[in-house]
Amino acid sequence: MATKIIKRKELGFWDRTYLPAVGLGLWITSRHFFRNMAVHALHLFGFAKNLRGAETYQYPEEQRPLSKRTRTRHRLTKREDGSPRCVACMMCETVCPARCINIVAKENPDPNIEKMPASFDLDLGMCVYCGYCVEVCPEDAIRMDTRILDIAAYSREGMKLDMQKLLNP
Amino acid sequence: MFTEFLIKAGLALFILGNALNFAGLLTWVERKQSAVMQDRIGANRARIEFGSKWLSPVNWILGPLNALGIFHALADAIKMFAKEDFMPRGADRFLHTLAPAISVVFALAAFAVVPFGDVWHVGGRLVNLQVSGLNAGILFVFAMMSLGVYGVILAGFSSNNNYALLGGMRAASQMLSYEITMGLAVMGVVLCAGTLDLQGIVRSQSALWGFATQPLAFLLFMTAALAETKRVPFDLPEGESEIIGYFVEYSGMKFGMFFLTDLVETVLVACLVTTFFFGGWQVPYLLPDGFHFPWGAAVALPHTAVIVLGVTAFFLKVICFNWLFMAIRWTLPRFRYDQLMDLGWKILFPASLVNTIVTSVIVVMKG
Ligand code: SF4
Ligand code: SF4
Repeated sequence: MATKIIKRKELGFWDRTYLPAVGLGLWITSRHFFRNMAVHALHLFGFAKNLRGAETYQYPEEQRPLSKRTRTRHRLTKREDGSPRCVACMMCETVCPARCINIVAKENPDPNIEKMPASFDLDLGMCVYCGYCVEVCPEDAIRMDTRILDIAAYSREGMKLDMQKLLNP
Repeated sequence: MFTEFLIKAGLALFILGNALNFAGLLTWVERKQSAVMQDRIGANRARIEFGSKWLSPVNWILGPLNALGIFHALADAIKMFAKEDFMPRGADRFLHTLAPAISVVFALAAFAVVPFGDVWHVGGRLVNLQVSGLNAGILFVFAMMSLGVYGVILAGFSSNNNYALLGGMRAASQMLSYEITMGLAVMGVVLCAGTLDLQGIVRSQSALWGFATQPLAFLLFMTAALAETKRVPFDLPEGESEIIGYFVEYSGMKFGMFFLTDLVETVLVACLVTTFFFGGWQVPYLLPDGFHFPWGAAVALPHTAVIVLGVTAFFLKVICFNWLFMAIRWTLPRFRYDQLMDLGWKILFPASLVNTIVTSVIVVMKG
């Protein structure tokens, strides 16, 4: 194998005094400082609203704009009569890499549909938000479009969703 | 005699209050300035608000302060006082408690010789706006700054912790190396001014400020003085990301005192750089009887106004330098230990020697 020897660049006199590098660094940071201060000052008087003085989103008060395809908390879609569209085919439970879906099937009273879930449990504490369950569902019965992101609970139990919660996000 | 004492006490209170206020505000400046430099907003959630309707005017005044996050400094102080005061097993109780006090007291004591204004004629008296007009003021400043190291080293030794000891050793070697440069750099200024008195040094800069006559000394002194404050890029004694440093075993307000010392020293260094190299309380074109511009215009001013302008100019310069030091602290990465020693002994020390020799030759030839 051919070896390529890269010579290290010797530091010159000015490099070793650190002064040019320090000056350059200070120039960059103070440029940011004065630009942002100017923008903040203009904002104070109601000008230049289209410029941003800081990249910060002050989170609870100010939400970051989400992409349309962001995967958020799950929900189960309903038929016209309000029953779940899910036919308990177990596809999502099978594909789920985190194994956080647990479905118990039962007979559907409607003779045209074979099954429906008796219970549909989803543990958000385990979910990795991969969205496979949505992709695999043949009935468009599960979606991740509720836009609920701030999911938090004081216990692991609190992170578990049952069918009621999934149907009414 | 008694009035003399009262005047001195007043001056001391003034400069002490200013130093501590500056240092306290610097915690806020540090947060905000770093935030603005990095396109962030910075801490703004500590707020004071009153629930009662009667106090709504007070709330109205507090509103902008709340939005600026000024009360984070207050919240910090409350947090420090409320924290547990931890004493590690095997530590030397006496020295462990003494160390933070030593470092903060000596940093504050150095302010005694900083002149923040000219001699003020008031009520038939001459008030020198300097707490103590020592004729060897520079020696006093250096003595106090060297003694400040003592607190740091004591903290390292008395904590019974290897990392604290390492931090203390680093502090000792770093400060010894840089103090020499600092002293030698100031020698240039002393040679030009011909006095060791800080008030005299400021007076000698009435025509040309020190950074113009001694540019190299200015750079050297500022670098060495920043190293004395133990902040980034010279924060090897602390080394937050690896050894935590000499105060690793400190908590609560004792830690707070070390933290405060760093900031007080930053203010002190800003004061010293202003005094030695930026004309202290001198205002450009301002003579004791008013402004005299080189194009012939002149504005006469009463004596008190001139004094007030001078004091304001001094503090404005100090604020500018504090801004610069904060910008440096948030721009540069930390030196490696060998780089630090190389810089101190191989570049700064010879440069300051050369500067002293060249200056003395020039002074002798001119004199
Ligand atoms: S998003 Fe992924 S991990 Fe979460 S339930 Fe669906 S398949 Fe399972
Ligand atoms: S894949 Fe769809 S239809 Fe099948 S069990 Fe899951 S949610 Fe129900």
